[in-house]
Amino acid sequence: MNRILATATSEFRIAFRNRWVSIATGMMVLFALVLAAAGSAPTGDVGVDRLSVTVASLTSLAVYLVPLLALLMSFDAVAGEVERGTLPLLLTYPVSRLQILLGKLLAHLAILGLAVTLGYGTAALVAVWSDPEAVNGFGALWRLIWSSVLLGATFLGTGYALSALARRPSGAAGLAIALWLVAVVLYDLALLALIVTDGGGAFTTQALPVALLANPADAFRVFNLSAAQAVAAAGGLGGAAGAIPLWQSAASLFFWPLAAIALAAAAFRRVTP
Amino acid sequence: MTPTLTISRLTKRFQSVEALKSVSLTLEPGRRAALLGHNGAGKSTMMKIVLGLIPFDSGEVSVCGTAPGSPAARAQVAYLPENAAFHPALTGEEQLRHYLALRGENPRQAIELLARVGLGHAARRRIGTYSKGMRQRVGLAQTLIGRPRLLVLDEPTSGLDPVSRRDFYDLLDGLAAEGTAILLSSHVLTEVEARTDRILILSGGELVAEGTLADLRARAALPVAFSVRAAPGHSAALAATFPEGAQGGDGLVRLCCAQSEKLPLLARIAALGNAVIDLDVIPPSLEDIYSHFSRRDGQ
Repeated sequence: MNRILATATSEFRIAFRNRWVSIATGMMVLFALVLAAAGSAPTGDVGVDRLSVTVASLTSLAVYLVPLLALLMSFDAVAGEVERGTLPLLLTYPVSRLQILLGKLLAHLAILGLAVTLGYGTAALVAVWSDPEAVNGFGALWRLIWSSVLLGATFLGTGYALSALARRPSGAAGLAIALWLVAVVLYDLALLALIVTDGGGAFTTQALPVALLANPADAFRVFNLSAAQAVAAAGGLGGAAGAIPLWQSAASLFFWPLAAIALAAAAFRRVTP
Repeated sequence: MTPTLTISRLTKRFQSVEALKSVSLTLEPGRRAALLGHNGAGKSTMMKIVLGLIPFDSGEVSVCGTAPGSPAARAQVAYLPENAAFHPALTGEEQLRHYLALRGENPRQAIELLARVGLGHAARRRIGTYSKGMRQRVGLAQTLIGRPRLLVLDEPTSGLDPVSRRDFYDLLDGLAAEGTAILLSSHVLTEVEARTDRILILSGGELVAEGTLADLRARAALPVAFSVRAAPGHSAALAATFPEGAQGGDGLVRLCCAQSEKLPLLARIAALGNAVIDLDVIPPSLEDIYSHFSRRDGQ
């Protein structure tokens, strides 16, 4: 455990010096503020408090931003060590490769947790300031924060795996961007296209819930929207959230980080310095 | 005494290239061995196998009684890679604190370790601002953590100035006196001559010679060169006495003979009396001995 903490301390320091902490936090706060300002119109008639509406908007934002931040922080994790030539020496120390990965994960998760807490927190402050009823939405906000951290862990782990597979930072960066495009953007577009052609048939009722749970980003969105019973307030694929039991999307949220770390550990084990 | 490092019939192939061919060696506690060889002779490959960084094809390797790269072996082995590299965003002190924590030692020793390698003044500066020699010293400092039983040093003195090199070998002497076995590679023959107990020469993946410098000198049996200068007016007489010698310009004659004929030849030169005004005996240099053993087939 001490070795994991020591690695995490160094990684956090490096990320701080490389401005990752301020970039991640600044980005989340900025986008959250824009959403809070833009989302101030549709209140009153919906029958829910202001913060719950903000959380629904923040969910859509987090689906894009959290995986992006996680991949940006993680693509260099193994490939960067290989390129700098620091890996051979590190691997002669009495520390396992899994401990190294967990140390990096801990540091990156701390940064991500800080960024989303400050970002969402800012939006929540704006909501509470304009609508005192909004304090009822704190449960939804807390759920959004920890599920964002889990979503981040999934993409951090996948980023480490890509970093170990590519072995060069430039290659790893390309793979990370490709993964983000496919998992967060193209996957949903493809599902929407299938729903349209299917016209409410077997795909929409049978395969769609499975497809949504199979993608960590969609599982995150479905979980937060159905937990907040804000399905009605969300359009698009989020509308399908009602068809999926809460425990299933929660299970998907917890399963993916473990799978991603296992994948990263397997990929890292194959790296010969 | 149980050897700290035992390698027997070690063979390593990279695709079609045989990087190491049936190499065997043992290293006892407190002994310092220097590994010499051309680039590509297999020095770094052998070190990486000893450290457990890369697998090997056949043979046996035992490090401190266990398999190379096992947690027990890694806890007792310290390594200095060629061109030691560290994250440029960390300071020397932070980097060493990290390494200390990974070895389960108290991170507070960082400053003291840096002071031992002469980096106390730069401990709080980022490694990105360090020179190559300073980075090499950070590398040295991390090998001093704990009490390693085996030190593996890949070209440890590259980038160090002569004074730092001497300090470095003094550090090694201290560690060896405490029982640490040291395996180091080097290109600089003159410096390993005085500061190591044994020299190992690798060539094309084979261990072609092993022993003290005196052993190797005797085994190579390289000819001794003589440079004889004639007194004015005696050049012709000198040349006539030694027709086998090579004539230099200004009355200088160069002669070569086997080690066993050295004294008889000296007697013949002395017999010339006043005809000779100067004489130099040139033993085979370290470079000559090294290239004698490490020359590859057909060269």
